[in-house]
Amino acid sequence: MTMDVRTPSPTIARPEEYEDRGFEHTESSVSVASQWQLMWWKFRKHKLAMAGGVVTILLYLIALSVEFLAPSSPGVIRADYTWAPPQGLHLFRQTESGRVFDPYVNGYKVEIDPVALKRTFVIDEEKIVDIGFFINGEPYKLLGLWEMDIHLLGSTDVDLPVYFLGADRMGRDLLSSLIYGTRISMSIGLVGVVLSFFLGITLGGISGFYGGAIDNLIQRVIEFIRSIPTIPLWMGLAAAVPTDWPPLRVYFAITIILSFIGWTGLARVVRGRFLSLRTEDFVMAARLDGANEWTTIWRHMVPSFFSHIIASLTLSIPGMILAETSLSFLGLGLRRPVVSWGVLLQEAQNIRSVATAPWLLIPGLAVLVAVLALNFLGDGLRDAADPYNR
Amino acid sequence: MASDAQNSNALIEVKGLKTHFFLDEGTVQAVNGVSFSIDRHKTLCVVGESGCGKSVTARSILQIVDHPGRIVEGQILYHGDAAHNSAGGEVIDLAALNPRGKEIRSIRGKDISMIFQEPMTSLSPIHTVGNQITEAILLHTEMTQEEADARAVELLRRVGIPKPEDRLKAYPFQLSGGMRQRVMIAMALSCNPVLLIADEPTTAVDVTTQAQILELLDELKAELGMAILLITHDLGVVAETADDVVVMYLGQVVERGDVDSIFHAPQHPYTQALMRSIPKLGVSRHLQRLDSIRGMVPDPYNRPNGCMFGPRCEHFMPGRCDAADPPTIQLATNREVKCFLYEDEANSGSSKFTPAER
Amino acid sequence: MLQFLIRRILYMIPTMIAVSIVAFIIIQLPPGDYLTTLVASLAAQGETVDPARLDALKDRYGLGQPVYVQYLKWMKGILLEGDFGDSFGWNRPVSDLIWGRLALTFVLSLASLIFVWLVAFPIGIYSAVKQYSIGDYFATFIGFLGLATPDFLLALIMMYISFKFFNQSVGGLFSPEFQEAPWDWARVVDLLGHLWVPVVIIGTSGTASLIRIMRANLLDELRKPYVVTARAKGLPEWKLLFKYPVRVALNPFISTVGWVLPTLVSGAAIVSIVLSLPTTGPLLIRALLQQDMYLAASFIMMLSILTIIGTLVSDLLLAWLDPRIRYE
Repeated sequence: MTMDVRTPSPTIARPEEYEDRGFEHTESSVSVASQWQLMWWKFRKHKLAMAGGVVTILLYLIALSVEFLAPSSPGVIRADYTWAPPQGLHLFRQTESGRVFDPYVNGYKVEIDPVALKRTFVIDEEKIVDIGFFINGEPYKLLGLWEMDIHLLGSTDVDLPVYFLGADRMGRDLLSSLIYGTRISMSIGLVGVVLSFFLGITLGGISGFYGGAIDNLIQRVIEFIRSIPTIPLWMGLAAAVPTDWPPLRVYFAITIILSFIGWTGLARVVRGRFLSLRTEDFVMAARLDGANEWTTIWRHMVPSFFSHIIASLTLSIPGMILAETSLSFLGLGLRRPVVSWGVLLQEAQNIRSVATAPWLLIPGLAVLVAVLALNFLGDGLRDAADPYNR
Repeated sequence: MASDAQNSNALIEVKGLKTHFFLDEGTVQAVNGVSFSIDRHKTLCVVGESGCGKSVTARSILQIVDHPGRIVEGQILYHGDAAHNSAGGEVIDLAALNPRGKEIRSIRGKDISMIFQEPMTSLSPIHTVGNQITEAILLHTEMTQEEADARAVELLRRVGIPKPEDRLKAYPFQLSGGMRQRVMIAMALSCNPVLLIADEPTTAVDVTTQAQILELLDELKAELGMAILLITHDLGVVAETADDVVVMYLGQVVERGDVDSIFHAPQHPYTQALMRSIPKLGVSRHLQRLDSIRGMVPDPYNRPNGCMFGPRCEHFMPGRCDAADPPTIQLATNREVKCFLYEDEANSGSSKFTPAER
Repeated sequence: MLQFLIRRILYMIPTMIAVSIVAFIIIQLPPGDYLTTLVASLAAQGETVDPARLDALKDRYGLGQPVYVQYLKWMKGILLEGDFGDSFGWNRPVSDLIWGRLALTFVLSLASLIFVWLVAFPIGIYSAVKQYSIGDYFATFIGFLGLATPDFLLALIMMYISFKFFNQSVGGLFSPEFQEAPWDWARVVDLLGHLWVPVVIIGTSGTASLIRIMRANLLDELRKPYVVTARAKGLPEWKLLFKYPVRVALNPFISTVGWVLPTLVSGAAIVSIVLSLPTTGPLLIRALLQQDMYLAASFIMMLSILTIIGTLVSDLLLAWLDPRIRYE
């Protein structure tokens, strides 16, 4: 009892009437849209994902231009400013002629706790430190190309440092460290994910495409890696990184350790896709057409789930960031002079420092924002990756 | 809305039923003013293309329309008989009951039960067959677990399942498709319903099993004296099993009547087109060109004005069919068609059928 | 069922062997061997090394022989005598140090698991049944926040809050008077009084992800035709909900133990370090930083084996609950 569609015969083809009778509808724009357009439309509707995307882009922009944004470099030690509290930025100053734009912060005065005989800094409303925008400071190379010495903002007096977010035990500026940390933390997620991507797509692809014994073996390995508690394993591997390695090598060693475990999730996604696609008609058609395996995989199969891969990649970046933060926090990951958010949080490891300088927890906030933004973005991408599935 | 108010044999009378789905994109008028009646001990087939609202009509009777759909208008009168105490001989308007309320729940599975299209997914994968059959029995009767188990075995035997005692502890995934559908039927029969609604019961099973299932339903109807509302898109099934037929198109009844007159003298252009799409035996393949209905079912958000079938109709009359909703015209007792073509005859008082063009 | 059980246990054996190899590789990774470190550390303490003892140690660990011989010697000691080697950092056998700490880690992880379930299960059901309600949005928001907050950060914040506003410390698992006391009822009660803080901290991210899983699963199940079948039988809504979709959605929920457990054990390790709990965490990191490798490897191995056993238990539980797996 087929009720299939056939083109109307000439006697009854009355297209103008079709329109009159409300047959013309807005579907046409949808039916000619490309897959990427459909995804973009769907993604755009997801407000949280859009917000996550904007924040993610901002974070990576910060990571690119840290030298310009940070008031100073993160390693500058000023032992006489131990645990100096954050100085609030005032943009306007009260003068006789009213409020004028002239940014400043209040200076510090030293108080001595009579009981504990401890020196603490407090904000002194009387003292004023002038702040300037686009001031000249330490020279650097923007994006490694242009030599510059302009910083977004900072103290106009070289001898009077400012701490917008406070200082750590060594008097290092937290804001500058935080901005520099953005570069390391955000990039380690990206680099780690790229490494996992290659491992995951290769092994997952082999597993899903060939199936059988090799699939079984790879699945066992994945199950095994996933059944080990990650932090102790990471700790064990990270502890084996020699302490005398240069920072860059440590950075890559840690990234490799992280992706060594991180690839399993991606491999599972890829394998699942391959398994379900393997029996699809278009793959069969490509094979019957005489396409070799390489062509079948890269020309026919991968494009059909590429959007899913991008979504999974985005969703695995936060895991990498969290892992790096945890390792560095424990002192097993990156070490100064490399600064990541985890390295900064290491300063907050004991209750005494946290109690005297709660602003040391601010890098944690940065982790939170980055992870949330990437999660929202990834979630939206995952939904959008299936534009036909409503 | 013409209806057979005089028909004292009616078990269910559906009058002007409208069930709409309220989605973000707009309202889908899945069932839009449907009237028909189901007679006692008879089989009524509802036919139509997918998406015409036949399933939603069936579900509306039990008030199990999925969210965000709900009945917005109309009546579903259930003429319960004294034998079934939940109705006690009174007429109940099922459409007016609270879908989550006690009254409708006491009718579901007891007076009226339902079987579904997919016997695999319509049974819980992790509960035994016995558990799922006895559930309704324990819910609606005073039987003990032992008595209910015995009843379940009896039911399974009746629907033709070998070794029913062993099957009680089986899980649905251990049974074949046909066996699962038999389990579904046993489940539906557990409380001796007066009406069995079967929503495309043979779509998901293979052809030989299809015939067996339909035969079983026919036997059971005669044996238990229940009525059957059979939802299908398969005209062969209709010809085999129906007493009465309702033809639906886009949420409306376009024609209804007894099975013979629908098949031999279809009135509505849609029904006529449907009939032409059946391959005929004995006609040489060279001479026979299987007809199909031109055009496509319109988008549910953009319905045509006037007659729903207008854009695909051969007899489309511009200025008339797209101007107003065609009336439902009573051609004879229990014989109706919703089309302007028959309006003049109705007005002139003639009840003569226009012979179907063949 | 018995066949299933045996097959699962047989599957576990190669995994355990693999774990022990990985743990042993970790011992081997740092430059130099155990003995050199030991001699160095003894020398640092001003002690002279007795050559006879050195030879005995060399023989015991198979030092100087091929790596696989060393591995087999280590395994033989563990399997036959329960001897995990010596911790040179503590100058005691590893087996003296790990069991008590492993037991507390086990208690902590188990308590966190129960917490995760108890909290995630009802909230997940609520979120799915009342999809897009204010409560659902709230649960989703909290869930995202819980996922994005590293365990240790949460521990730090809790510590800061309790210090700042309640002027007390939340570290430790026992009150000072019970620290070294023998096990009795009062000590158990004291432990329970301290346990909830780390349990909540460790459980938060797991709870967040389980809520999302439960919600997604239940939403899937609610759309399945068998729910309509049950409704057509005349079952009341709440009974129907718990007998069918919730029951079916419970299965993937149970099987998540398999991957929640490793995260919980990981979380327990790092939170214990921050809160200085007498579990494996603090000892493990000290062992790693001091390159006290037999101790570190034993910890890593035993934690992994605990997790693998936990996964096995969850598999068995799932098979017991889900006939589709049992009759596979």
